[in-house]
Amino acid sequence: MDLSKLTIAKARRALDLKEYSALELTDAYLKNIAARDPEIHAYLEVWEKQAREEAKAADETIAQGQAKALTGIPLAIKDNILIEGRIASSASKILENYVASYDATVIAKLKGSRAVFLGRTNMDEFAMGSSTENSAFGPTKNPIDTSRIPGGSSGGSAAAVAGAMAAAALGSDTGGSIRQPAAHTGLVGLKPTYGAVSRFGLMAMGSSLDQVGPLTKIVEDARILFEAIRGYDGNDSTSLPDSKGEAKKPRSIGVPRKFLESGVDKDLLDVFERTLESLRANGYEVKDIEMPTLPYGLAVYYIVMPAEASTNLARFDGIRYGLSIPAGSIGEVYARTRGQGFGPEVRRRILVGTFVLSAGYADAYYRKARAVRAAITDEFARAFTETDIIAVPTTPAPAFKFGEKTADPLAMYAEDIFSVPVNLAGVPAISVPCGSVAREGKDLPVGFQVIAPHGGEERLFSIGEDIEKTRH
Amino acid sequence: MSKKAIDVAALAKLARLEVSPEELEKLEEEIPSILAFVETIRKASAGTEHKGKGLRNVMRADEKPHESGIHTEKLLNAAPAREGDRIAVKQVISRKK
Repeated sequence: MDLSKLTIAKARRALDLKEYSALELTDAYLKNIAARDPEIHAYLEVWEKQAREEAKAADETIAQGQAKALTGIPLAIKDNILIEGRIASSASKILENYVASYDATVIAKLKGSRAVFLGRTNMDEFAMGSSTENSAFGPTKNPIDTSRIPGGSSGGSAAAVAGAMAAAALGSDTGGSIRQPAAHTGLVGLKPTYGAVSRFGLMAMGSSLDQVGPLTKIVEDARILFEAIRGYDGNDSTSLPDSKGEAKKPRSIGVPRKFLESGVDKDLLDVFERTLESLRANGYEVKDIEMPTLPYGLAVYYIVMPAEASTNLARFDGIRYGLSIPAGSIGEVYARTRGQGFGPEVRRRILVGTFVLSAGYADAYYRKARAVRAAITDEFARAFTETDIIAVPTTPAPAFKFGEKTADPLAMYAEDIFSVPVNLAGVPAISVPCGSVAREGKDLPVGFQVIAPHGGEERLFSIGEDIEKTRH
Repeated sequence: MSKKAIDVAALAKLARLEVSPEELEKLEEEIPSILAFVETIRKASAGTEHKGKGLRNVMRADEKPHESGIHTEKLLNAAPAREGDRIAVKQVISRKK
Protein backbone atom coordinates (compact mmCIF):
# COMPACT_ATOMS: atom_id res chain seq x y z
CA MET A 1 0.00 0.00 0.00
CA ASP A 2 1.25 3.45 -0.95
CA LEU A 3 0.33 5.60 2.04
CA SER A 4 1.29 8.84 0.28
CA LYS A 5 -1.66 8.37 -2.09
CA LEU A 6 -4.01 6.54 0.25
CA THR A 7 -7.36 8.20 0.93
CA ILE A 8 -10.14 7.26 3.36
CA ALA A 9 -12.28 6.21 0.42
CA LYS A 10 -9.57 3.91 -1.04
CA ALA A 11 -8.67 2.44 2.35
CA ARG A 12 -12.35 1.68 3.00
CA ARG A 13 -12.62 -0.33 -0.21
CA ALA A 14 -9.37 -2.20 0.49
CA LEU A 15 -10.37 -2.99 4.10
CA ASP A 16 -13.80 -4.23 3.03
CA LEU A 17 -12.26 -6.38 0.28
CA LYS A 18 -9.78 -7.74 2.89
CA GLU A 19 -6.79 -6.66 0.78
CA TYR A 20 -5.22 -5.80 4.12
CA SER A 21 -6.45 -5.65 7.70
CA ALA A 22 -7.01 -2.55 9.81
CA LEU A 23 -4.12 -3.72 11.99
CA GLU A 24 -1.80 -3.93 8.98
CA LEU A 25 -2.91 -0.48 7.89
CA THR A 26 -2.35 0.97 11.36
CA ASP A 27 1.06 -0.71 11.58
CA ALA A 28 2.03 0.80 8.23
CA TYR A 29 1.20 4.29 9.51
CA LEU A 30 3.00 3.65 12.81
CA LYS A 31 6.06 2.57 10.83
CA ASN A 32 5.91 5.75 8.75
CA ILE A 33 5.56 7.85 11.88
CA ALA A 34 8.61 6.18 13.43
CA ALA A 35 10.63 6.86 10.28
CA ARG A 36 9.45 10.37 9.44
CA ASP A 37 8.19 12.10 12.56
CA PRO A 38 11.49 12.60 14.36
CA GLU A 39 12.18 15.18 11.63
CA ILE A 40 8.65 16.58 11.06
CA HIS A 41 7.34 16.60 14.67
CA ALA A 42 3.67 16.38 13.68
CA TYR A 43 2.81 14.39 16.82
CA LEU A 44 3.16 15.30 20.48
CA GLU A 45 2.34 11.71 21.42
CA VAL A 46 1.76 8.53 19.42
CA TRP A 47 -0.65 6.00 20.93
CA GLU A 48 0.93 2.93 19.42
CA LYS A 49 -0.49 0.34 21.82
CA GLN A 50 -4.03 1.74 21.95
CA ALA A 51 -4.08 2.30 18.17
CA ARG A 52 -3.24 -1.37 17.56
CA GLU A 53 -5.98 -2.45 20.01
CA GLU A 54 -8.46 -0.17 18.25
CA ALA A 55 -7.40 -1.59 14.88
CA LYS A 56 -7.97 -5.16 16.11
CA ALA A 57 -11.46 -4.19 17.32
CA ALA A 58 -12.10 -2.61 13.92
CA ASP A 59 -11.03 -5.81 12.19
CA GLU A 60 -13.62 -7.74 14.21
CA THR A 61 -16.30 -5.24 13.20
CA ILE A 62 -15.26 -5.56 9.56
CA ALA A 63 -15.30 -9.38 9.81
CA GLN A 64 -18.87 -9.18 11.13
CA GLY A 65 -19.83 -7.09 8.11
CA GLN A 66 -20.70 -4.14 10.35
CA ALA A 67 -18.11 -1.67 9.01
CA LYS A 68 -19.03 2.01 8.82
CA ALA A 69 -17.26 4.63 6.70
CA LEU A 70 -14.43 5.16 9.20
CA THR A 71 -14.08 1.69 10.73
CA GLY A 72 -10.37 0.91 10.94
CA ILE A 73 -9.28 4.24 9.42
CA PRO A 74 -6.19 5.64 11.24
CA LEU A 75 -6.69 9.28 12.21
CA ALA A 76 -4.64 12.00 13.91
CA ILE A 77 -6.33 14.21 16.51
CA LYS A 78 -5.43 17.80 17.35
CA ASP A 79 -4.16 18.17 20.92
CA ASN A 80 -7.08 20.41 22.00
CA ILE A 81 -9.74 17.69 21.53
CA LEU A 82 -10.40 15.52 24.58
CA ILE A 83 -10.12 11.71 24.63
CA GLU A 84 -10.95 10.23 28.01
CA GLY A 85 -7.92 8.92 29.89
CA ARG A 86 -5.37 10.49 27.53
CA ILE A 87 -3.34 13.65 27.79
CA ALA A 88 -4.76 16.70 26.00
CA SER A 89 -2.42 19.67 26.41
CA SER A 90 -3.31 22.22 23.72
CA ALA A 91 0.49 22.30 23.27
CA SER A 92 0.73 24.30 26.50
CA LYS A 93 2.93 23.89 29.57
CA ILE A 94 -0.11 24.68 31.70
CA LEU A 95 -1.76 21.42 30.57
CA GLU A 96 1.38 19.38 29.89
CA ASN A 97 0.21 16.49 32.11
CA TYR A 98 -3.56 17.04 31.96
CA VAL A 99 -5.48 13.79 31.43
CA ALA A 100 -8.92 14.31 29.87
CA SER A 101 -11.85 13.33 32.10
CA TYR A 102 -14.27 12.70 29.24
CA ASP A 103 -14.61 12.22 25.49
CA ALA A 104 -15.34 15.13 23.19
CA THR A 105 -18.55 14.52 21.25
CA VAL A 106 -16.60 14.24 17.99
CA ILE A 107 -14.40 11.56 19.61
CA ALA A 108 -17.42 9.64 20.95
CA LYS A 109 -18.80 9.62 17.39
CA LEU A 110 -15.51 8.39 15.91
CA LYS A 111 -15.22 5.71 18.61
CA GLY A 112 -18.74 4.64 17.69
CA SER A 113 -17.60 4.04 14.13
CA ARG A 114 -14.45 2.22 15.35
CA ALA A 115 -11.94 4.62 13.88
CA VAL A 116 -8.31 4.32 15.01
CA PHE A 117 -6.55 7.17 16.85
CA LEU A 118 -2.85 7.27 16.02
CA GLY A 119 -1.90 10.16 18.28
CA ARG A 120 -2.35 13.77 19.27
CA THR A 121 -0.91 16.42 16.99
CA ASN A 122 1.14 19.54 17.60
CA MET A 123 -0.43 22.98 17.34
CA ASP A 124 0.06 26.60 18.28
CA GLU A 125 -0.55 26.83 22.02
CA PHE A 126 -4.32 27.01 22.66
CA ALA A 127 -4.75 27.32 18.87
CA MET A 128 -3.25 30.81 18.88
CA GLY A 129 -1.07 31.18 15.84
CA SER A 130 -0.62 30.47 12.14
CA SER A 131 2.61 28.46 12.06
CA THR A 132 2.83 26.02 15.06
CA GLU A 133 5.82 28.10 16.17
CA ASN A 134 3.80 28.97 19.28
CA SER A 135 3.74 25.36 20.50
CA ALA A 136 5.36 24.98 23.94
CA PHE A 137 6.94 21.76 22.64
CA GLY A 138 8.71 23.00 19.52
CA PRO A 139 7.44 23.69 15.98
CA THR A 140 6.25 21.25 13.31
CA LYS A 141 7.94 21.22 9.90
CA ASN A 142 6.13 21.31 6.57
CA PRO A 143 6.65 17.90 4.89
CA ILE A 144 6.72 19.61 1.48
CA ASP A 145 9.64 21.88 2.43
CA THR A 146 11.07 21.33 5.90
CA SER A 147 12.56 24.83 6.04
CA ARG A 148 8.99 26.15 6.10
CA ILE A 149 6.10 26.21 8.55
CA PRO A 150 3.14 23.86 7.95
CA GLY A 151 0.69 26.62 8.86
CA GLY A 152 -1.34 26.70 12.03
CA SER A 153 -2.77 26.38 14.37
CA SER A 154 -3.64 22.81 13.24
CA GLY A 155 -0.14 22.45 11.76
CA GLY A 156 0.57 19.06 13.33
CA SER A 157 -2.66 17.61 11.94
CA ALA A 158 -1.81 18.99 8.49
CA ALA A 159 1.78 17.69 8.58
CA ALA A 160 0.60 14.25 9.75
CA VAL A 161 -1.71 13.85 6.74
CA ALA A 162 0.60 15.54 4.21
CA GLY A 163 3.51 13.42 5.47
CA ALA A 164 1.51 10.16 5.08
CA MET A 165 1.51 9.69 8.85
CA ALA A 166 -2.31 9.52 9.10
CA ALA A 167 -5.12 8.88 6.63
CA ALA A 168 -6.88 12.07 7.76
CA ALA A 169 -6.99 14.33 10.81
CA LEU A 170 -9.22 16.47 12.94
CA GLY A 171 -8.33 20.10 13.51
CA SER A 172 -10.11 23.14 14.88
CA ASP A 173 -10.69 26.43 13.09
CA THR A 174 -11.26 29.71 14.94
CA GLY A 175 -9.92 32.09 12.28
CA GLY A 176 -8.46 29.79 9.64
CA SER A 177 -6.65 27.15 11.70
CA ILE A 178 -7.85 24.26 9.49
CA ARG A 179 -7.95 25.98 6.09
CA GLN A 180 -4.60 27.79 6.26
CA PRO A 181 -2.47 24.73 7.20
CA ALA A 182 -4.42 22.69 4.63
CA ALA A 183 -3.49 25.29 1.99
CA HIS A 184 0.19 25.28 3.04
CA THR A 185 0.51 21.49 2.92
CA GLY A 186 -1.57 20.73 -0.20
CA LEU A 187 -4.58 19.30 1.63
CA VAL A 188 -8.31 19.83 1.74
CA GLY A 189 -9.50 21.61 4.92
CA LEU A 190 -13.11 22.24 5.92
CA LYS A 191 -14.42 24.78 8.44
CA PRO A 192 -18.04 23.67 8.92
CA THR A 193 -21.01 25.97 9.58
CA TYR A 194 -20.84 27.29 13.14
CA GLY A 195 -22.95 24.86 15.19
CA ALA A 196 -22.83 22.00 12.67
CA VAL A 197 -20.19 20.08 14.65
CA SER A 198 -20.32 19.90 18.45
CA ARG A 199 -17.72 21.90 20.38
CA PHE A 200 -18.24 19.76 23.52
CA GLY A 201 -14.78 18.56 24.54
CA LEU A 202 -12.93 21.01 22.28
CA MET A 203 -10.86 23.37 24.42
CA ALA A 204 -12.47 26.76 23.90
CA MET A 205 -10.53 29.65 22.39
CA GLY A 206 -13.11 31.99 20.80
CA SER A 207 -16.40 30.32 21.64
CA SER A 208 -18.42 32.20 19.03
CA LEU A 209 -15.88 31.28 16.33
CA ASP A 210 -14.52 27.77 17.07
CA GLN A 211 -15.44 24.74 14.94
CA VAL A 212 -13.93 21.25 14.66
CA GLY A 213 -13.36 20.02 11.12
CA PRO A 214 -11.41 17.62 8.88
CA LEU A 215 -8.03 17.87 7.14
CA THR A 216 -7.89 15.32 4.33
CA LYS A 217 -6.15 14.50 1.04
CA ILE A 218 -9.27 14.82 -1.11
CA VAL A 219 -12.71 16.44 -0.98
CA GLU A 220 -14.49 13.08 -0.83
CA ASP A 221 -12.63 12.29 2.42
CA ALA A 222 -13.58 15.66 3.92
CA ARG A 223 -17.22 14.84 3.22
CA ILE A 224 -16.89 11.40 4.84
CA LEU A 225 -15.24 12.76 7.99
CA PHE A 226 -17.66 15.72 8.22
CA GLU A 227 -20.65 13.38 7.95
CA ALA A 228 -19.19 11.25 10.76
CA ILE A 229 -18.70 14.12 13.24
CA ARG A 230 -21.60 16.48 12.51
CA GLY A 231 -24.96 16.55 14.27
CA TYR A 232 -26.96 18.11 17.08
CA ASP A 233 -25.51 17.77 20.57
CA GLY A 234 -27.37 18.79 23.72
CA ASN A 235 -24.01 19.32 25.43
CA ASP A 236 -23.17 22.26 23.13
CA SER A 237 -25.56 25.16 23.68
CA THR A 238 -24.85 26.57 20.20
CA SER A 239 -25.30 23.24 18.41
CA LEU A 240 -27.66 23.50 15.42
CA PRO A 241 -30.67 21.21 15.03
CA ASP A 242 -30.06 18.39 12.56
CA SER A 243 -31.03 19.20 9.03
CA LYS A 244 -30.46 17.40 5.79
CA GLY A 245 -28.75 20.38 4.21
CA GLU A 246 -29.49 21.38 0.67
CA ALA A 247 -28.20 19.45 -2.29
CA LYS A 248 -28.08 22.41 -4.67
CA LYS A 249 -25.22 22.32 -7.13
CA PRO A 250 -23.59 25.75 -7.20
CA ARG A 251 -23.47 27.47 -10.59
CA SER A 252 -22.36 31.01 -9.85
CA ILE A 253 -19.13 32.13 -8.17
CA GLY A 254 -18.85 35.60 -6.64
CA VAL A 255 -15.38 37.15 -6.34
CA PRO A 256 -14.95 40.18 -4.05
CA ARG A 257 -12.31 41.77 -6.30
CA LYS A 258 -11.56 44.77 -4.11
CA PHE A 259 -10.81 42.51 -1.14
CA LEU A 260 -8.17 40.68 -3.22
CA GLU A 261 -6.19 43.91 -3.46
CA SER A 262 -5.16 43.49 0.21
CA GLY A 263 -1.65 42.30 -0.63
CA VAL A 264 -1.69 38.91 -2.36
CA ASP A 265 1.49 37.47 -3.97
CA LYS A 266 1.24 38.03 -7.73
CA ASP A 267 1.93 34.44 -8.81
CA LEU A 268 -0.45 33.05 -6.18
CA LEU A 269 -3.19 35.33 -7.49
CA ASP A 270 -2.43 34.06 -11.02
CA VAL A 271 -3.00 30.47 -9.89
CA PHE A 272 -6.28 31.56 -8.29
CA GLU A 273 -7.38 33.34 -11.51
CA ARG A 274 -6.47 30.36 -13.68
CA THR A 275 -8.61 28.11 -11.46
CA LEU A 276 -11.51 30.56 -11.85
CA GLU A 277 -10.99 30.41 -15.63
CA SER A 278 -11.14 26.60 -15.60
CA LEU A 279 -14.30 26.68 -13.53
CA ARG A 280 -15.81 29.15 -15.99
CA ALA A 281 -14.89 26.79 -18.82
CA ASN A 282 -16.68 24.06 -16.89
CA GLY A 283 -19.94 25.99 -16.91
CA TYR A 284 -19.71 28.14 -13.79
CA GLU A 285 -20.69 31.78 -14.01
CA VAL A 286 -17.96 33.97 -12.44
CA LYS A 287 -18.89 37.49 -11.38
CA ASP A 288 -17.48 40.35 -9.34
CA ILE A 289 -19.26 41.16 -6.11
CA GLU A 290 -19.00 44.09 -3.70
CA MET A 291 -18.28 43.30 -0.06
CA PRO A 292 -16.87 46.58 1.27
CA THR A 293 -16.85 45.59 4.96
CA LEU A 294 -14.73 42.41 4.46
CA PRO A 295 -11.35 44.20 4.78
CA TYR A 296 -12.31 45.11 8.36
CA GLY A 297 -12.68 41.42 9.23
CA LEU A 298 -9.11 41.00 10.42
CA ALA A 299 -9.27 43.93 12.86
CA VAL A 300 -12.69 42.81 14.13
CA TYR A 301 -11.33 39.31 14.66
CA TYR A 302 -8.33 40.52 16.64
CA ILE A 303 -10.74 42.20 19.07
CA VAL A 304 -13.46 39.53 19.38
CA MET A 305 -11.10 36.55 19.55
CA PRO A 306 -8.77 37.86 22.33
CA ALA A 307 -11.84 39.06 24.26
CA GLU A 308 -13.33 35.57 24.18
CA ALA A 309 -9.98 33.83 24.68
CA SER A 310 -9.08 35.91 27.72
CA THR A 311 -12.43 34.95 29.23
CA ASN A 312 -12.15 31.26 28.34
CA LEU A 313 -8.58 30.96 29.58
CA ALA A 314 -9.53 32.37 32.99
CA ARG A 315 -10.31 28.75 33.97
CA PHE A 316 -6.61 27.86 33.93
CA ASP A 317 -5.61 29.09 37.35
CA GLY A 318 -3.78 26.19 38.99
CA ILE A 319 -6.77 25.10 41.07
CA ARG A 320 -8.86 22.52 39.25
CA TYR A 321 -6.47 21.03 36.71
CA GLY A 322 -3.10 21.35 35.09
CA LEU A 323 -0.01 23.11 36.32
CA SER A 324 -0.05 24.71 39.77
CA ILE A 325 2.87 26.77 41.04
CA PRO A 326 2.90 26.86 44.86
CA ALA A 327 2.92 30.35 46.38
CA GLY A 328 2.12 32.15 49.62
CA SER A 329 -1.39 33.33 48.75
CA ILE A 330 -4.11 32.17 46.41
CA GLY A 331 -3.70 35.32 44.29
CA GLU A 332 -0.04 34.52 43.78
CA VAL A 333 -0.88 30.91 42.89
CA TYR A 334 -3.11 32.20 40.07
CA ALA A 335 -0.65 34.79 38.78
CA ARG A 336 2.45 32.56 38.92
CA THR A 337 0.73 29.50 37.45
CA ARG A 338 -0.64 31.56 34.56
CA GLY A 339 2.55 33.54 34.10
CA GLN A 340 4.71 30.41 33.91
CA GLY A 341 2.17 28.06 32.30
CA PHE A 342 1.13 30.21 29.31
CA GLY A 343 3.51 31.05 26.46
CA PRO A 344 4.19 34.58 25.12
CA GLU A 345 1.48 34.70 22.43
CA VAL A 346 -1.19 33.42 24.82
CA ARG A 347 -0.15 36.00 27.43
CA ARG A 348 -0.26 38.73 24.77
CA ARG A 349 -3.79 37.79 23.68
CA ILE A 350 -5.05 37.53 27.25
CA LEU A 351 -3.80 41.07 27.89
CA VAL A 352 -5.29 42.47 24.66
CA GLY A 353 -8.57 40.72 25.49
CA THR A 354 -8.53 42.14 28.99
CA PHE A 355 -7.98 45.62 27.57
CA VAL A 356 -10.77 45.55 24.95
CA LEU A 357 -13.24 44.32 27.59
CA SER A 358 -12.20 46.74 30.32
CA ALA A 359 -14.56 49.45 31.58
CA GLY A 360 -14.13 52.61 29.54
CA TYR A 361 -12.82 50.78 26.45
CA ALA A 362 -15.41 48.05 25.85
CA ASP A 363 -17.69 50.38 23.85
CA ALA A 364 -14.98 51.63 21.51
CA TYR A 365 -13.44 48.19 20.96
CA TYR A 366 -15.53 45.14 21.84
CA ARG A 367 -19.03 46.51 21.16
CA LYS A 368 -17.94 48.32 18.02
CA ALA A 369 -16.30 45.11 16.84
CA ARG A 370 -19.53 43.21 17.46
CA ALA A 371 -21.43 45.78 15.39
CA VAL A 372 -18.96 45.53 12.47
CA ARG A 373 -19.11 41.75 12.79
CA ALA A 374 -22.89 41.98 12.34
CA ALA A 375 -22.36 44.15 9.26
CA ILE A 376 -19.99 41.52 7.82
CA THR A 377 -22.55 38.77 8.52
CA ASP A 378 -25.22 40.84 6.74
CA GLU A 379 -22.86 41.43 3.84
CA PHE A 380 -22.42 37.67 3.38
CA ALA A 381 -26.20 37.17 3.52
CA ARG A 382 -26.66 39.86 0.86
CA ALA A 383 -23.90 38.41 -1.31
CA PHE A 384 -25.53 34.97 -1.22
CA THR A 385 -28.70 36.40 -2.77
CA GLU A 386 -26.56 37.23 -5.83
CA THR A 387 -24.24 34.25 -5.98
CA ASP A 388 -24.22 30.57 -4.94
CA ILE A 389 -20.72 30.61 -3.50
CA ILE A 390 -17.87 33.09 -2.89
CA ALA A 391 -14.24 32.42 -3.82
CA VAL A 392 -11.03 33.97 -2.45
CA PRO A 393 -7.52 32.57 -1.98
CA THR A 394 -7.09 30.81 1.37
CA THR A 395 -3.89 32.72 2.17
CA PRO A 396 -2.16 35.79 0.70
CA ALA A 397 1.15 33.89 0.23
CA PRO A 398 2.49 30.31 0.31
CA ALA A 399 4.07 28.72 3.42
CA PHE A 400 6.73 30.99 4.94
CA LYS A 401 10.04 30.18 6.61
CA PHE A 402 10.58 29.53 10.28
CA GLY A 403 11.18 32.73 12.19
CA GLU A 404 10.01 34.94 9.31
CA LYS A 405 7.04 36.36 11.21
CA THR A 406 7.73 35.59 14.86
CA ALA A 407 9.19 39.01 15.69
CA ASP A 408 6.09 40.94 14.62
CA PRO A 409 2.70 39.73 15.90
CA LEU A 410 0.86 41.85 13.32
CA ALA A 411 2.73 40.22 10.41
CA MET A 412 1.60 36.82 11.71
CA TYR A 413 -2.00 38.05 12.14
CA ALA A 414 -2.07 39.29 8.52
CA GLU A 415 -1.78 35.64 7.41
CA ASP A 416 -5.47 35.27 8.43
CA ILE A 417 -6.89 38.09 6.28
CA PHE A 418 -8.91 35.84 3.93
CA SER A 419 -9.97 33.22 6.46
CA VAL A 420 -11.29 35.17 9.48
CA PRO A 421 -14.40 36.78 7.87
CA VAL A 422 -15.79 33.24 7.46
CA ASN A 423 -15.62 32.56 11.21
CA LEU A 424 -17.07 35.97 12.03
CA ALA A 425 -20.12 35.21 9.87
CA GLY A 426 -20.35 31.55 11.00
CA VAL A 427 -20.57 30.33 7.40
CA PRO A 428 -18.79 27.18 6.12
CA ALA A 429 -15.69 27.29 3.90
CA ILE A 430 -13.32 24.81 2.33
CA SER A 431 -9.74 25.14 1.12
CA VAL A 432 -8.92 22.94 -1.86
CA PRO A 433 -5.43 22.68 -3.44
CA CYS A 434 -5.57 24.38 -6.85
CA GLY A 435 -1.94 24.54 -7.95
CA SER A 436 1.47 25.67 -6.81
CA VAL A 437 3.96 28.53 -6.88
CA ALA A 438 7.74 28.18 -6.92
CA ARG A 439 9.88 29.51 -4.07
CA GLU A 440 13.63 28.84 -3.97
CA GLY A 441 13.27 25.90 -6.34
CA LYS A 442 10.41 24.23 -4.47
CA ASP A 443 6.81 24.01 -5.63
CA LEU A 444 4.61 25.17 -2.75
CA PRO A 445 0.88 24.43 -2.78
CA VAL A 446 -1.82 27.08 -3.12
CA GLY A 447 -5.26 26.83 -1.55
CA PHE A 448 -8.47 27.94 -3.28
CA GLN A 449 -11.06 28.91 -0.68
CA VAL A 450 -14.77 28.53 -1.34
CA ILE A 451 -17.37 29.97 1.03
CA ALA A 452 -21.05 28.94 1.16
CA PRO A 453 -24.08 30.17 3.12
CA HIS A 454 -24.97 28.57 6.49
CA GLY A 455 -25.58 24.84 6.02
CA GLY A 456 -24.13 24.90 2.49
CA GLU A 457 -21.38 22.29 2.95
CA GLU A 458 -22.73 20.25 0.02
CA ARG A 459 -22.09 23.19 -2.30
CA LEU A 460 -18.49 23.26 -1.07
CA PHE A 461 -17.97 19.55 -1.71
CA SER A 462 -19.61 19.84 -5.11
CA ILE A 463 -17.42 22.67 -6.42
CA GLY A 464 -14.43 21.30 -4.47
CA GLU A 465 -14.53 18.13 -6.56
CA ASP A 466 -14.66 20.24 -9.71
CA ILE A 467 -11.58 22.18 -8.55
CA GLU A 468 -9.74 18.89 -7.98
CA LYS A 469 -10.28 18.06 -11.65
CA THR A 470 -8.75 21.34 -12.83
CA ARG A 471 -5.59 21.63 -10.73
CA HIS A 472 -2.89 24.00 -12.05
CA MET B 1 -3.65 55.92 14.28
CA SER B 2 -1.43 57.21 16.99
CA LYS B 3 -0.07 54.83 19.55
CA LYS B 4 -1.21 55.47 23.06
CA ALA B 5 0.52 54.43 26.25
CA ILE B 6 -1.08 51.39 27.86
CA ASP B 7 -0.63 50.43 31.50
CA VAL B 8 0.25 46.80 30.81
CA ALA B 9 1.13 46.13 34.46
CA ALA B 10 -2.42 47.06 35.48
CA LEU B 11 -3.86 44.83 32.73
CA ALA B 12 -1.67 41.94 33.88
CA LYS B 13 -2.97 42.40 37.41
CA LEU B 14 -6.56 42.35 36.14
CA ALA B 15 -5.81 39.20 34.13
CA ARG B 16 -4.03 37.57 37.11
CA LEU B 17 -0.93 37.06 35.07
CA GLU B 18 2.63 37.40 36.31
CA VAL B 19 4.73 39.22 33.71
CA SER B 20 8.48 39.76 34.01
CA PRO B 21 9.90 43.31 33.78
CA GLU B 22 11.63 42.49 30.45
CA GLU B 23 8.41 41.14 28.96
CA LEU B 24 6.48 44.12 30.29
CA GLU B 25 8.76 46.42 28.34
CA LYS B 26 8.21 44.42 25.14
CA LEU B 27 4.44 44.31 25.64
CA GLU B 28 4.32 48.06 26.19
CA GLU B 29 5.53 48.32 22.57
CA GLU B 30 3.48 45.48 21.07
CA ILE B 31 0.05 45.98 22.62
CA PRO B 32 -0.33 49.63 21.51
CA SER B 33 0.66 48.52 17.96
CA ILE B 34 -1.98 45.81 17.99
CA LEU B 35 -4.57 48.25 19.31
CA ALA B 36 -3.61 50.85 16.70
CA PHE B 37 -4.27 48.20 14.04
CA VAL B 38 -7.62 47.01 15.40
CA GLU B 39 -8.77 50.63 15.84
CA THR B 40 -9.18 50.79 12.03
CA ILE B 41 -12.70 49.38 12.61
CA ARG B 42 -13.72 52.88 13.72
CA LYS B 43 -13.85 53.77 10.01
CA ALA B 44 -16.25 50.94 9.24
CA SER B 45 -19.88 51.90 8.87
CA ALA B 46 -21.96 49.67 11.06
CA GLY B 47 -25.20 50.01 12.94
CA THR B 48 -25.84 48.26 16.19
CA GLU B 49 -25.21 44.69 17.25
CA HIS B 50 -26.81 41.95 15.24
CA LYS B 51 -30.19 40.55 16.12
CA GLY B 52 -30.90 38.27 13.19
CA LYS B 53 -29.74 34.88 12.02
CA GLY B 54 -26.32 33.48 12.73
CA LEU B 55 -25.41 32.91 16.34
CA ARG B 56 -27.91 31.46 18.73
CA ASN B 57 -27.59 30.41 22.31
CA VAL B 58 -29.95 27.89 23.82
CA MET B 59 -30.11 27.14 27.51
CA ARG B 60 -30.84 23.57 28.41
CA ALA B 61 -33.57 22.73 30.90
CA ASP B 62 -32.24 22.30 34.43
CA GLU B 63 -33.41 18.73 34.84
CA LYS B 64 -32.34 15.08 34.84
CA PRO B 65 -29.15 15.46 36.90
CA HIS B 66 -26.68 12.60 36.71
CA GLU B 67 -26.30 10.33 39.69
CA SER B 68 -24.42 12.14 42.45
CA GLY B 69 -20.75 11.29 42.79
CA ILE B 70 -20.19 9.36 39.55
CA HIS B 71 -17.68 11.90 38.19
CA THR B 72 -16.13 12.89 41.52
CA GLU B 73 -13.02 10.72 41.44
CA LYS B 74 -12.15 11.55 37.84
CA LEU B 75 -12.47 15.28 38.37
CA LEU B 76 -10.64 15.30 41.69
CA ASN B 77 -7.80 13.32 40.15
CA ALA B 78 -7.27 16.16 37.69
CA ALA B 79 -6.83 18.68 40.50
CA PRO B 80 -3.31 19.63 41.65
CA ALA B 81 -4.17 19.13 45.35
CA ARG B 82 -7.01 17.41 47.18
CA GLU B 83 -8.18 16.76 50.71
CA GLY B 84 -10.69 13.93 50.85
CA ASP B 85 -13.47 14.75 48.39
CA ARG B 86 -12.46 18.41 48.13
CA ILE B 87 -9.99 20.37 46.02
CA ALA B 88 -7.47 21.95 48.40
CA VAL B 89 -6.59 25.62 47.88
CA LYS B 90 -4.76 28.33 49.77
CA GLN B 91 -6.82 30.32 52.23
CA VAL B 92 -9.10 32.72 50.29
CA ILE B 93 -10.35 35.05 53.05
CA SER B 94 -7.93 36.13 55.72
CA ARG B 95 -8.20 38.29 58.82
CA LYS B 96 -6.47 41.64 58.59
CA LYS B 97 -3.22 41.56 60.47
